Amino acid sequence: MRRLVIILLAACALLALPHGLSFSQQEILVFLTINILLVSSYRLLTLTGEWSLAHVVIMGVGAYASALYSKELGVWVPVSILLGGATAALLAVLLSFPLFRMKGFYFLIGSFAAGEIIRLLWKRFRDPFGGPKGIKGIEPMPDFSIGIYDFDFFEPVSYYYLSALVVAVCLWVLWRIERSPVGLTFHAVHWQDKLAEASGVNLRAYRTLAFAIASGFAGIGGGLMAHYVGTINPNSFDVDLMVYVLTWAIVGGTGTFYGPILGCVVLTVLNEIVLRELGFEQMRPLIYGLIMILSILFLPKGLESIVQHLTTRGRGKGVEEQRAAE
Amino acid sequence: MLELLAQTGLNAVYAASYISLIAVGLVLIFGVMGVINFAHGELYMAGAYTVVLMYTDFQVPFFLAVAMGLIFVGCLGLAMERALFRPLRDNPLGGLVASIGFLMILQAVAAMGFGVRMEHIAPVTQAVIEFSERVRLPVARLYVIIAAVVLLSALWIFLKKTRFGWALRAAAQDPEAAALQGISIKQTARIAMFIGAGLAGIAGALTAPLVSVNPHMGHSVIITAFIVIIVGGVGSLEGAVVASVAYAIIHTFMTTFYDGVIADIVGLSLMLLVLIVKPTGLFGSADRA
Repeated sequence: MRRLVIILLAACALLALPHGLSFSQQEILVFLTINILLVSSYRLLTLTGEWSLAHVVIMGVGAYASALYSKELGVWVPVSILLGGATAALLAVLLSFPLFRMKGFYFLIGSFAAGEIIRLLWKRFRDPFGGPKGIKGIEPMPDFSIGIYDFDFFEPVSYYYLSALVVAVCLWVLWRIERSPVGLTFHAVHWQDKLAEASGVNLRAYRTLAFAIASGFAGIGGGLMAHYVGTINPNSFDVDLMVYVLTWAIVGGTGTFYGPILGCVVLTVLNEIVLRELGFEQMRPLIYGLIMILSILFLPKGLESIVQHLTTRGRGKGVEEQRAAE
Repeated sequence: MLELLAQTGLNAVYAASYISLIAVGLVLIFGVMGVINFAHGELYMAGAYTVVLMYTDFQVPFFLAVAMGLIFVGCLGLAMERALFRPLRDNPLGGLVASIGFLMILQAVAAMGFGVRMEHIAPVTQAVIEFSERVRLPVARLYVIIAAVVLLSALWIFLKKTRFGWALRAAAQDPEAAALQGISIKQTARIAMFIGAGLAGIAGALTAPLVSVNPHMGHSVIITAFIVIIVGGVGSLEGAVVASVAYAIIHTFMTTFYDGVIADIVGLSLMLLVLIVKPTGLFGSADRA
């Protein structure tokens, strides 16, 4: 009961949120929503202990695929976004054959190389990817009305509602996956790989599964972005954005489901809104870099550790000790 | 045709020189500190901007400006060691994130200090060695080649023949055992960071008149350096040099006969192939990751 009330209140707050913001802030809100999906899907991959540097490019695969399906084949936009996600997942399965021969640091660098190759292929082949200028004039989401509200997808508010709904559903699916036996096996693959293997778990298959699921959701995020912005090019998915995703995940902490989301929201608000409002336009990367360094030095377990600290204090010392024992 | 081949070969030698200076520094830092320095490309950029500032704005003689670049960037390396990598010793992912943060700071400082436009430096020397009508080597490029040969030989002698060098290699192989033998890990870390960063700095300083200097110039350099250290074997200095030469030859010839993007794709594919077939690289044996 209490939970339902909280969810309803949160939903109302999210519905009301864009109306208190300026137009440019509403646009940032749309990107923030999509980025939350990006970073949460990234966390699913990190559950198996692998850190990829190709995640943003895979999101781009979803964006390119969705844009091309709707533009060249005339697929209805909502369907093409889902197909974009499926394409990204399929590509991840293909990439897993070379990439999962590696682990740890080598996987990090290998995934970076694979992502960079994909990006250069977009850049090199004008047909169908449009070369360095990318794809322009991507079909927008078709407008529709649900009686009480008219969705006009050139308005950021409308697109925010749509993407928030899609992202909420995706997050719910991701959360269910993590809580399912499959998700527990992902944890086992990371922390107890020898034991898991001895118990008959096919490590490679589970790593591939996590990679494919994470990539599929990243692809959906990419599709959402492509049909909002209307134009994509190879530089929309370069390593800079990947660095941001990595930072959100690490500053937020990857121990909990909400950690990376927290990191994404806090850093985006700080970077896009607070620093911009304060007039630090040129110094933003500098301050952002400082925040990264300070948080990794003084908060190595991420922002989530603050939340955990606050929520466990009330329950007495037992939980703390239990956590220390872990 | 023969002349084109000879000219492309010369270009490859030049490319191999500055790539190996950067890659060897990166390998040295990884070997001793156990951390991937993502900011290495920005250290290269800092070296180039030192020359822009000193040589163009303050009219310091070019070679003095280059030496200043070496020392300034070496000190940046020392600062990174003290402020970032030492506290994050047991946290390799943390070191990586911290170096990304440092990279953003360096880029922002360069952009604020000099603007994002390209800086073009007055050429140091217009002299060109002409082997024939179509085969020519600008002397400015010769400086880079000479510097690479001299510095890398000196580094090799330092590492293999001196006590400091032994200590450094010991600390890279097994920090705990080295510490038990009375080797100061902090000291070796400082030396490695100074040399590694300084090499990137001098590469940037010497190539500053030959390339367009801008705050994002480190980007392509770091990707190249990653390819080279993976192909050569992470942690192997000889491997880094050999891989630099091989990469420079392949990349330069591909760029000349096809185009730059194809050359990049081939380079990355080679790295992926090496990772798949022999993840420790051509010369690597120790697995620190």
